Amino acid sequence: MKHTEIAIVGGGPAGLSAGIVAARLGAQVTVIDDNPRLGGQLIKQTHKFFGSRTHYCGTRGVDIAAILEQELRKTGAEIVLNTTVIGHFQPNILGLASSQQFTKLTYDRLIIATGAYENNVLFENNDLPGVYGAGAVQTLMNVYGIRPGKRVLMIGSGNIGLIVSYQLLQADVEVAAVVEALPYIGGYHVHAAKLRRCGVPILTSHTIKAALGKEYVTGAVICRVNRKFRPIKGSERKLKVDTICLAVGLSPLIELLSQIDCYLVYIPELGGLVAWHDENLQTSVPGVYVAGDVSGIEEASTAILEGRIAGAHAFLSLKGKEANPEAEAIIRDARRELAVIRQGPFGEKAARGKRQLQQYTPARPVIQQ
Amino acid sequence: MSRKTSEPKETRITNHPILTFNRGKKVTFYFEGKPMQGYLGETIAAALVANGVKVFRYTEKHKRARGFFCAVGKCSSCLMVVDGVPNTMVCMEPLREGVRVERQHGRGKL
Ligand SMILES: Cc1cc2nc3c(=O)[nH]c(=O)nc-3n(C[C@H](O)[C@H](O)[C@H](O)COP(=O)(O)OP(=O)(O)OC[C@H]3O[C@@H](n4cnc5c(N)ncnc54)[C@H](O)[C@@H]3O)c2cc1C
Repeated sequence: MKHTEIAIVGGGPAGLSAGIVAARLGAQVTVIDDNPRLGGQLIKQTHKFFGSRTHYCGTRGVDIAAILEQELRKTGAEIVLNTTVIGHFQPNILGLASSQQFTKLTYDRLIIATGAYENNVLFENNDLPGVYGAGAVQTLMNVYGIRPGKRVLMIGSGNIGLIVSYQLLQADVEVAAVVEALPYIGGYHVHAAKLRRCGVPILTSHTIKAALGKEYVTGAVICRVNRKFRPIKGSERKLKVDTICLAVGLSPLIELLSQIDCYLVYIPELGGLVAWHDENLQTSVPGVYVAGDVSGIEEASTAILEGRIAGAHAFLSLKGKEANPEAEAIIRDARRELAVIRQGPFGEKAARGKRQLQQYTPARPVIQQ
Repeated sequence: MSRKTSEPKETRITNHPILTFNRGKKVTFYFEGKPMQGYLGETIAAALVANGVKVFRYTEKHKRARGFFCAVGKCSSCLMVVDGVPNTMVCMEPLREGVRVERQHGRGKL
């Protein structure tokens, strides 16, 4: 069985940053991702990033991914692609599956940076081909250069819905409308304004009632909703679209954490069930860390900072302060930056979520390492 | 079942204000026995969508059509029979020259 000092599951901004920091400090690191390319969500992001105060702000997501990947490769860390971590066995064993084989990897410290999964929404025929998650639309369009359809209905006006709508226009795909159940637009004004200038209607207090079509989407029925989000009778309207794109939020991908028996807490502000963690991103199971969206849905800059903390602390707890005095400084600096971001208007919700987390006391660790 | 498939040239983006797509070698693969073209470096699912294929499989009980959905190997909507192997997640499976892809009906047979 192969062994690594620090195993990192997920090669998005959180996992990459954790890997860079831990490897630079002097640990032997293995980063595992199920995609053919490193970068996680970032490789689909063609827009310039909003980012509160990090040096990547104003850079396109896909370029941030390339920078982080290069930094990680320079450290000589082991990178395992096209491989899914499908299970955790006691003690300290990960099960790795690729299309060719199943292998096991043992570790001393584990950092889970698996990101998040898109939420679905209930409506008639929501399983028809042509109903896509926003991430899938982005993958097709921005990674492979393939249009998902000709005319799209976007569900959700958060930043993801707004940004992906704009990216669809850039790819020469028509956007029939953006519908939003809330009485106001969820995302940033700049993104909404760009869409409006292109003539895309953003329909607030609206929802989707049904997808039309037998084998695949040929249309959609939308309607207005009242304050209690109940459909208003008689307000139904048919739209001719071949694609329905869901951008209705994300939930942390906590399956592995749940298998490891990490103490999980339900915090709506963080996107649902998350693993309880302390300010070093360590979960209730000693030696197991989280970082990025899996620890609470936020943004790339916070994922990077959390990754740094988790990477540095995993190193510290494994090798001790004396091994590299820089580790403590990295943690201190990243924590300070995180605090600044979370004080801002857009970090406030996550900050509230993280504070709530601290009100829980983890159950006694199940595994002693 | 009448299915209108859009022309590949309409689904492939050639001019993009920000991105350039460095597509790999053009290869032929087979969908339900029919030859189609795709590029190395993309997934089987992406190549199918580019060729206008929307239905990837039918469910066991209600025979509901299933297509591309999450693109990250999580939702199981895209399970197909690839070179005879059922339950292959084509959204994660790289396209190979000559690969044979079939719609899966129900759970698939080993
Ligand atoms: C449309 C859109 C626009 C955005 N815009 C911005 C923006 O402008 N600014 C900003 O700061 N943020 C933005 N974000 C958010 C940002 O992309 C995410 O917060 C960030 O990518 C989270 O990083 P992560 O490393 O936690 O997870 P991810 O980037 O999701 O990476 C997780 C990786 O782990 C892999 N993985 C998961 N499970 C396994 C497993 N079991 N085995 C192996 N690999 C696994 C995944 O495939 C993935 O590659 C945007 C997001 C979207 C969708």
